[in-house]
Amino acid sequence: MNDFAQALDTAASLIGHFDPELREIVVLSLGVSLTASFLAFAIGAPLGTALAVYRFRGKGALIVVANALLGLPPVVVGLAVYLMLSRSGPLGSLGILFTPTAMVIAQAVLCVPIVIALVHRVMVEVWASYGDALLVDGASRLGATWPLMCIGHEGLLTAFLAAFGRAIAELGAIIIVGGNVRGYTRTMTTAIALETSKGDLSFALALGIILVILSMTVSALSFFFGRVLTGR
Amino acid sequence: MKRWFGSLCIMATIVLACLSTRAWAQDQSIVVASTTSTQDSGLFDYLLPIVKQKTGVEVKVLAQGTGQALDTARRGDADVVFVHAKSAEERFLTEGFGVKRYPVMYNDFVVIGPQDDPAGIKGKDVLTALQTIRTKAAPFVSRGDRSGTHIAELKLWKEAGVDIENDHGPWYKEIGQGMGAALNMASASNAYVLSDRGTWLAFHNRGDLAVLVEGDKRLFNQYGVMLVNPTKYPMVKKEAGQRFINWLISPDGQSVIAGYKINGQQLFYPNANDPNG
Repeated sequence: MNDFAQALDTAASLIGHFDPELREIVVLSLGVSLTASFLAFAIGAPLGTALAVYRFRGKGALIVVANALLGLPPVVVGLAVYLMLSRSGPLGSLGILFTPTAMVIAQAVLCVPIVIALVHRVMVEVWASYGDALLVDGASRLGATWPLMCIGHEGLLTAFLAAFGRAIAELGAIIIVGGNVRGYTRTMTTAIALETSKGDLSFALALGIILVILSMTVSALSFFFGRVLTGR
Repeated sequence: MKRWFGSLCIMATIVLACLSTRAWAQDQSIVVASTTSTQDSGLFDYLLPIVKQKTGVEVKVLAQGTGQALDTARRGDADVVFVHAKSAEERFLTEGFGVKRYPVMYNDFVVIGPQDDPAGIKGKDVLTALQTIRTKAAPFVSRGDRSGTHIAELKLWKEAGVDIENDHGPWYKEIGQGMGAALNMASASNAYVLSDRGTWLAFHNRGDLAVLVEGDKRLFNQYGVMLVNPTKYPMVKKEAGQRFINWLISPDGQSVIAGYKINGQQLFYPNANDPNG
């Protein structure tokens, strides 16, 4: 219990003093995770909607695959992205290994299945309620995609937040492709792992507390903006 | 609604671009694959701002075990390796992945264990201590990750006449992680562990642990640095890398290394001029 008490104390003092290294780590964590979530959303939401709206052979198999990819092990994704971006790999000349860009890519890969699966689930319901009406009104299936996403926007927000939650808490992939380099690719989670390995357990816990607070803030802000943008 | 989605996309592109430019802006930066001991002991935190100031080189450190660091370099993903397993380093050179090996500094390994020392190894020489641990099946945490410390540990078991590969039981815990993680486990399970002194001095979760065996000349721990072969990997930043190495072994660099202390105790002893380093 002593560690927890000390952790709360350390967390308060870190936040209060606006510790510059902490600031750097927080900004990087948010930057990488938000970018990855947006990317995953931009790719996954249309795909998930299309999966709900279109009828084609192999649709069932695709849905199964999308849901199965929810269990993709982050460390394996990290390894795969690392081998692609390695100097002895196919994309080595891009030189983006051990940079935040590589971390964004790895996290986006992990988050896309989440977005597809969740958006698909939401859109199946919306399509069931509104699909016929839209088609009767003259929309093609492609044209119906956008109105559908507007109607189901609350489900989309949940999908985005689920992706963000996965991204901000991620460690295995980004520690491999990012390298946890101080000042460049050290995020909250990799810093927590490092401090734990240095035996600074209460400090690691303090960082964890701050991470949770951060996550909750983003979630709250997203719901707030969601309300504002839809005029409620 | 459309506007919302559009601005989302623009925001994402901007953030991505900013993160990328920051990455590409560092041409004077090198990637140094090093050990967990040099990181966990705090040496790099102390050293690197000085390196930047004196040479203009920005060093990005990958703290992996020696084995993993050398493998990263074999893939060309590092510009310099800074590790502590001479045999592995020399093999790296003969394979053609490195240009030249320079000794930099040394410290020593210590055997850590619970203060009340249930296996009774305190003050013994390291080989006798290991034999005793084996005989009494005392819990022992091994790095198990082909790191410099792990390689040293295996060498010591061999010299002690213990075939640890085939002759271990549940008392021998191979965790495949860094020094800090090994010390954490030893602390939590009252086990013995071989550690480098630097990481131990900087370690904050000691619990009941203490140094039980030290000073044996077999516990000597030498660090070496090598530039990754630019002939094999043209993308290696050879000028900046060589500048970093040259500073490390220069009298200035060596005295800076010697100046790194925790609670007044020096952690690493420079020996770039030692022909046997």
